[in-house]
Amino acid sequence: MAPILVARHVTKRFGGLVAVNDLDFEIEEHAIASVIGPNGAGKTTFFNCITGFYVPEEGTIEFEGKEIQGLRPDKITTMGIARTYQNIRLFGKMSAIENVMVGMHPRLSLHWWDAIVHTPAFIRQEKKVLRRAWELLDYIGLAEWANHQANSLPYGAQRRLEIARALASEPKLLLLDEPTAGMNPQETAEMIAFIRQLRDDWNLTILLIEHDMKVVMTISEKITVLDFGTKIAEGKPEEIQRNPRVIEAYLGRGAASGLSTAEATAPAA
Amino acid sequence: MNQWQRRLAYWRRRYDITDVVVWLFGLLILAVAVYGTVRSLQTTTYDSKRWAQFVVYGISQGGVYALIALGYTLVYGILFMINFAHGEIFMFGAFGALFTALALDKAGYWDGQPVLSLIIVLLVAMTTSSVVAVLVERIAYRPLRKAPRLVPLITAIGASFTLQYTARSFFGSGLRAFPEMEMLKGSVNVWGLEIGKSHALTIVVSLLMMAGLYWYVQRTKTGKAMRAVAENKDVAALMGIDVDQIIVRTFILGASMAGVAGVLYSLIFFQVKFFMGFVPGIKAFTAAVLGGIGNIPGAMLGGYFLGIFESLGPALILEGLGIPAPSQLKDVIAFTMLVMVLIFRPTGILGEAVAEKRA
Amino acid sequence: MQNATIWRSTVKAGLLTGVIAIYIALTGMVLSLSQRPVIGKLSLGHVVYMLVFAGMGYIVARRHVGKTQRALVPVHGALVGGLGAALLALLPIVGRKIDLAWMFVTAKPNLYKFLLFNQESTALGIGYLILTGAALGAATATLPVLPPVLHQALLGGASTTLLMGVLAELVQRTILKKALGPLFAYKGLKPWGAAVLFVALSVLFGLYAWWRQNHPQAQRSVPLETGPEPAWKRSLKLGLLLLLLLILPIWLLSKDTYLNSVLNLVGLYVIMGLGLNIVVGFAGLLDLGYVAFFAIGAYTVALMTSLGPLGMGYSFWQALPVAIVFALSAGVILGVPVLRMRGDYLAIVTLGFGEIIRILANSDWLKPFMGGALGVLDIPKPEIFGRVLKEEYQLYYLILAGILLTWFIASRLYHSRVGRAWQALREDEDVAEAMGIHLVTTKLLAFGFGAAFSGLSGAIFAAKVGSVYPHTFNLIISINVLSLIIVGGIGSLPGVVVGALALVGLPELLREFSEYRMLFYGIALIAMMLVKPEGFWPKRLNVYARPDESAPETAQ
Repeated sequence: MAPILVARHVTKRFGGLVAVNDLDFEIEEHAIASVIGPNGAGKTTFFNCITGFYVPEEGTIEFEGKEIQGLRPDKITTMGIARTYQNIRLFGKMSAIENVMVGMHPRLSLHWWDAIVHTPAFIRQEKKVLRRAWELLDYIGLAEWANHQANSLPYGAQRRLEIARALASEPKLLLLDEPTAGMNPQETAEMIAFIRQLRDDWNLTILLIEHDMKVVMTISEKITVLDFGTKIAEGKPEEIQRNPRVIEAYLGRGAASGLSTAEATAPAA
Repeated sequence: MNQWQRRLAYWRRRYDITDVVVWLFGLLILAVAVYGTVRSLQTTTYDSKRWAQFVVYGISQGGVYALIALGYTLVYGILFMINFAHGEIFMFGAFGALFTALALDKAGYWDGQPVLSLIIVLLVAMTTSSVVAVLVERIAYRPLRKAPRLVPLITAIGASFTLQYTARSFFGSGLRAFPEMEMLKGSVNVWGLEIGKSHALTIVVSLLMMAGLYWYVQRTKTGKAMRAVAENKDVAALMGIDVDQIIVRTFILGASMAGVAGVLYSLIFFQVKFFMGFVPGIKAFTAAVLGGIGNIPGAMLGGYFLGIFESLGPALILEGLGIPAPSQLKDVIAFTMLVMVLIFRPTGILGEAVAEKRA
Repeated sequence: MQNATIWRSTVKAGLLTGVIAIYIALTGMVLSLSQRPVIGKLSLGHVVYMLVFAGMGYIVARRHVGKTQRALVPVHGALVGGLGAALLALLPIVGRKIDLAWMFVTAKPNLYKFLLFNQESTALGIGYLILTGAALGAATATLPVLPPVLHQALLGGASTTLLMGVLAELVQRTILKKALGPLFAYKGLKPWGAAVLFVALSVLFGLYAWWRQNHPQAQRSVPLETGPEPAWKRSLKLGLLLLLLLILPIWLLSKDTYLNSVLNLVGLYVIMGLGLNIVVGFAGLLDLGYVAFFAIGAYTVALMTSLGPLGMGYSFWQALPVAIVFALSAGVILGVPVLRMRGDYLAIVTLGFGEIIRILANSDWLKPFMGGALGVLDIPKPEIFGRVLKEEYQLYYLILAGILLTWFIASRLYHSRVGRAWQALREDEDVAEAMGIHLVTTKLLAFGFGAAFSGLSGAIFAAKVGSVYPHTFNLIISINVLSLIIVGGIGSLPGVVVGALALVGLPELLREFSEYRMLFYGIALIAMMLVKPEGFWPKRLNVYARPDESAPETAQ
């Protein structure tokens, strides 16, 4: 299958610090891939480059054959890339269903004058919005929370709501930033199954950032390992597990065992 | 693709029509300013001495702005909020100075012991400002430190008005005359330039204060702790720094500078009023933004720059445009400059990329 | 141990009470409000500082209930009030020995005399003062100890009676006079009138509290459980409200010019508030230069319609759309450069913009076109179907139409894609952008609507007042509007009306108070954010019902 996202020589610097260094990256359509690496390896920076929040100094990022680096975030989302955040960033004072409705923003077309006059097209569209929002909430199992303020939802529900909000924009590529952070083993297992199901139900390509090695190894078809902004390994889970450079990056530095530190330092909430 | 084509393609993707409109708008103002300047210089009636005096006046005014701007910048650097009430802290400093000066004048010390009197007045003004600042921090800011960003901004505006109108009710709505000092009458001659003594004093004192502040922040333990808190509050707390304490000290430091500014301002204009903090407050904020908010040397530089620009502006730019009574529009120049800076260089002259760092 | 900390907190509260009382006395509020009797000889000046004793006593008592013996609670209250009064007494003691007036302009003998109940003897006056403080503190501290129904009844009765006394003028000028007239003196309540009113109101409040106690399910209808109101109920409510609004000036206010003029002013602020509510409440952009658009609207109408030398002789109805368009354009022109800034920068730049407009209108440069400091005079009243709206109660309908229009637009926008985008923006700008929302156009839209509403308000203002001066349009108006939407409830449309009535209507009715208006706004802004950030009429979450699947799709 053709790659849906291709990054070539992407470099992002902050002053003297090189957060992402000459990164080449590809992800196939309909795949689930992960980016891993120790804290500060540049994973989230890379996500921010894809979604347009940062502009890389060098290199190109192509999405479905179109260059997107340097586009504004809203344009990129409209093209079909959606994301979630490591530390959940819902619109806290809006209700759950309103969060989903905001997610649909790029797929709606009517303007303020339609809203004031309540043109037939507007009424039709709002009905559709409402129906789809309920469908999405049903899908992720949050229908009972629909009219509750988003920041009053339980932690796991907030994570799922963030995914629903991202789905609402009808993405082709979904970026998940540590979707299992702060979850217990059972919730984590559910989330893994859920991510797989997401991919199949919505015909998505999914790119993850993860700290939890177990999650990464179970779910990913391809893993990219970053260290100090540079790609040090790439391949199938089994290959990565055996790769000496990866082991060094995780285990070689510091006294504590790298794998468990990485898990321990992942933000707990 | 060569370098230029790439860059063009990049710009086309990143910027849209609104950006272009903004730049055109900025360029238009710039062009008008340049045209006005050229016309003014062609038709000027002022000689070089007059221009030099404008500059000196601007430097002394700029020193006052710089001192106030430091308060904005210090607080911003540590709390990432604009202390809207800072202009009023300056005003209270001036009132503290006024009452001390009146008392000293009554007792005959004002002209009898001018240097000592000035030092006392400065200390009282610094203390008054600090007390007000600490109160504001304690009541209006501290309880809301974790609230959404709009909230402390609103309390800051509330604090500003509360202080302003408290002063109005306490001290009256009219102008209160600041006693003139015999020692500061007349002028000194520096390289053939007549400089009013009070202006000279302002320039010297503001420079001394700023040097002191810079030393304090760079060298002392408290100063280092301040920088640590500005960098990351949580980590600083883990290092055993009492964050609340450091924030209070930052407010005191900024307020002391504002108190000194209050004295200097009163010595230049000889009048004190409840409303006097408003315009210098906004201008000092402009100065802080100009230099890059959060940046201490930037605030000083911005203050002087704004002072000089504002002092020269009406004669240099507006007169050439044929505008009558241009000095009425002095404030317009300052505000326009604020907008221009924010359009073209929102991080200020010396500013670091705050936006990216905080993202 | 436990006991000691409670007493210590009481003493602290007492000291705080004293500081607040001294502050109020020194602002001069006490003296200038003493001109307005509330009940008999008791003036608003008395009420203001006595309320501090009473209020603090009440607050302390509510905190202490359950922590200490019930019988002791009033003693704590008395201590708070008494201590506060004793501190306040320091002011006349010191002031009669040392002249403070060179510093505090209000610290004059007449203030001391007033505080000491007109007693020449300082000692006797202080005695009265402390006794009053302690009595008030004890009285209000008793309330929380009483059974809840009695507590509610007495509190409601007393505060409403006081309010009626304060608003005596309002009562006497309206239809209420026919019913309550005899209870009132020329100014304020007659003492026996107050007693009657207090008893009657207490009974009413008591009955209500009793009813609520016995019908807990009726206390609040939670829309989450009951779903949205049925349509007929909503329409009926709206219809009644509209009827009330229509008869308000001619029947309830008896065509009284003064009251209707106050009402109209409130109305103009409501229009502005609805506009600023879009900018601040919906989209979370703090605009402090809002008065600029009001000024642009007013000046446009003034210059286009004035019969003076600067006027162009158009009619109000020709000028009105131009005024709105001008204000809107100014909003967009200012918005484009400014809206890409972060929140706090935006506040200060808009503040600067407001000042620029005022300075320009005041300048000699634009004097030939805008009249400079002398302003524009002779603005004719609007005319409709050949009738000139020259009376205040006639203008009311014009303003009401403006409010209904702006309310309608604001509410429709709020419940649409644009409204949701605004809210998202307010919550988290970065995420909103990542959700596909174009920040600049979305913000511009909010700014533009805010400006247009403000322009509309300004246009009507110019026609209502008949003249415009640059000094009218100062920062205070912006702060005024901001305060009223915050007090009412950020983002809440009814909140705007509540805020405008409380912050514009009330001070306008109590003219002696107008000098302290800004002080009051400043304190209100801080207090609201600390104590009640959601405002007095908070915005409620929208409730979305699941669409009816069985309904035929083809209806559209």
